[in-house]
Amino acid sequence: MKVKELTEILEGSVVYGMDFLDREVYTACGSDMMSDVLAFVKEQAVMLTGLVNPQVVRTAEMMDMKCIVFVRGKKPDLGMIELAEEREIVLIQTELEMFTACGKLYQAGLRGGSGK
Amino acid sequence: MSELNFKYDVLKDDFTCAGEASGKIKRTLKDLGFDSNLIRNIAIAVYEGEINMVIHADGGVITCDIAPECITVVLDDKGPGIPDVELAMQAGYSTAPDNVRQLGFGAGMGLPNIKKYTDDMKIETQVGVGTKITLKFMVK
Repeated sequence: MKVKELTEILEGSVVYGMDFLDREVYTACGSDMMSDVLAFVKEQAVMLTGLVNPQVVRTAEMMDMKCIVFVRGKKPDLGMIELAEEREIVLIQTELEMFTACGKLYQAGLRGGSGK
Repeated sequence: MSELNFKYDVLKDDFTCAGEASGKIKRTLKDLGFDSNLIRNIAIAVYEGEINMVIHADGGVITCDIAPECITVVLDDKGPGIPDVELAMQAGYSTAPDNVRQLGFGAGMGLPNIKKYTDDMKIETQVGVGTKITLKFMVK
């Protein structure tokens, strides 16, 4: 699905990346623990998280992710937005909780990595 | 391609900038045209190492040697050293303080994860002196 569609499904808003909403994404992961994202995630394009600090954007950068979704109404700060701009990573914000957000995206066809 | 050499300083307790050196290495390798899977493996391993240096040591130095067949990264710090390397290598074992866990790290996956993404990892450590980790990534 396109990032635009993902944003609509999550009733979210685009914090950064209006120019990249046509990006196609097929896989996602959800975690508040960046250590685990780095250890267990493979080739996921989208990360859903309730964690807000610059290392969320850095983790996404290292893993070549295209989009970060902040759940539970969490708001990235200016420093994070600037970092995302430099790395061209889309930032989406939603009021939905993690479980619901993941469920909606799974239902719409997104999957975890390795076909699981 | 001749051998290239880069050096980056990692600052103590600077959690905002942690990842800066890894990001630079990643972009350099991309500019040089290396395979994207190889680059991601290097980026993740070096990033974990960089985070460790910020969390556990008083910062340190990262050097990266790029040769046609092998990329070597050395993470060198003057931190507390690792008393029990075998224990530190166990997935889930962590000595990270609570404030680090709140930032999303300290799950005890750092060193095992670094090893997973490298072709060769060598840890030289001495309590009270520091830790030097040498990572080798083969270019296939």
